[in-house]
Amino acid sequence: MRKLVPLRICLVCGIVMLIQFFIPHNYSQTFFQYALDWLIVCGVFAVVIGLDSNFRLHLTRIIRRKKGWGYSLITMVAVLSVAFIGIKFGIGADSLFMKIYRNVEVPMDATMFSLLGFFMASASFRAFKAKNKEATVLLIIAVLMMLGRIPIGYFMWDKLPNLVEWIMMYPNMAAQRGILLGVGLGAAAMQLKILLGIERGWLGGAGD
Amino acid sequence: MWEKLLNLDRRWIFLITAICVIIPFLFPIGFPTNVTPPTQQIYDKIDNTKPNGPAVIVTFESDASVLPELYPMATAIVKHCFIKNVRVILMSLGMQGVGIMQMVLEDVKKEFPDKKSGIDYVLMPYVPGSGIVIMRMGEDIHKIYNVDYYGVPMDSLLMMKEIRNFSQVSLVVALAGSGAWASWVVYANQRYGASVAAGVTAVAAPDAYPFLQTHQIIGLLSGLKGAAEYETLVEDNLNFKTKKVACIGMDTQSIIHIVMIIFIILGNIAYFVVRRQKKNVS
Repeated sequence: MRKLVPLRICLVCGIVMLIQFFIPHNYSQTFFQYALDWLIVCGVFAVVIGLDSNFRLHLTRIIRRKKGWGYSLITMVAVLSVAFIGIKFGIGADSLFMKIYRNVEVPMDATMFSLLGFFMASASFRAFKAKNKEATVLLIIAVLMMLGRIPIGYFMWDKLPNLVEWIMMYPNMAAQRGILLGVGLGAAAMQLKILLGIERGWLGGAGD
Repeated sequence: MWEKLLNLDRRWIFLITAICVIIPFLFPIGFPTNVTPPTQQIYDKIDNTKPNGPAVIVTFESDASVLPELYPMATAIVKHCFIKNVRVILMSLGMQGVGIMQMVLEDVKKEFPDKKSGIDYVLMPYVPGSGIVIMRMGEDIHKIYNVDYYGVPMDSLLMMKEIRNFSQVSLVVALAGSGAWASWVVYANQRYGASVAAGVTAVAAPDAYPFLQTHQIIGLLSGLKGAAEYETLVEDNLNFKTKKVACIGMDTQSIIHIVMIIFIILGNIAYFVVRRQKKNVS
């Protein structure tokens, strides 16, 4: 029963939604709108489940004093205190909640991402070597891209930005499209497997 | 000497990088920016939107880590809309994006203090559901957003009385550091026929080109350069003088790209010289 009920719900809902897409009748559209409302409600519950899962994970780490439990403690304190501040004092433009967001979270996030620049500079020096033909092609394209994306490249040769745009629009796009087609076909196959109950990973272990 | 260079302590590289990043910010050089067609297409679409008519949706689908590239895009687009009296809906499908859009709004409003919430723009609150939210907006925006970010009922907002779904939306500009913008293509464009444009970080730009070629997105802002191009278009065409944050950032990017190319060349020279020396010894 534990497996059967969710599998049947998934099968019925999936097939109904699939058929609905091709029927532009009033009943079909009304059903679609109801389905959207239901999905929004499910989305809200997913947030609650996500929070619950997060708390369980970090609480277990703290109680059992697992490696890095201090970070879990910081996470818990941060989540609870920011949530409390938001609920108690509001989330308006000048609220404490937004001040924390602007002055703590935004700089921290930006700092983490900015570090990439330093690692890329180091990696470009150490790892970007023309060791073989493929690496040489990659290196030349990378240098062209870097030059073509900056104003200095335009000064060096005014056609360089056009060349870079051409590389993006044709060779890059051809490769990307191939990848996208593969991903699309894979996703369709996976969805079919889920609908038919062949793929049961989404049952979270209940399908084992 | 070359072997020494090959084994250079990476902290020297970090130091050089830091200097090259900081100095152009303190002393902007002001390199001119050439505009590429994907940016021009977004600009033209907004520029040709009827004033006080259909709205432009600007949506931020990332967290704060990508702000240096996407924030100038958002501010430049909102400024353009305000100059042209085009109504704007600012929103995000993610929790963090709403806060960022609020920051964008506060920043832009300093230059446009007469713009009013509910008349010229609306900031939407966070609603969980991602793609479902887009589909619900395609049916009826008022059904998914009962109130705006400030808690004002949607039906009481003058601007929203005329805007019910994507039929009254001229363009959706989805800003994202990943492939999150594609949700707007899948649901808003394919299902409801809305015009969609993407603004992405430079590393995510190659993924967007197949959608550009098929016109599923009408334009593309690629990284900081895309933002700088948009700032330049707004300043040059509309004679609107403002601080061009992305253009200043492009000075830094120009210098750091050159430095990285020098690093690559030096690294390769050192690699080949050392390899030849080792061969000769053996």
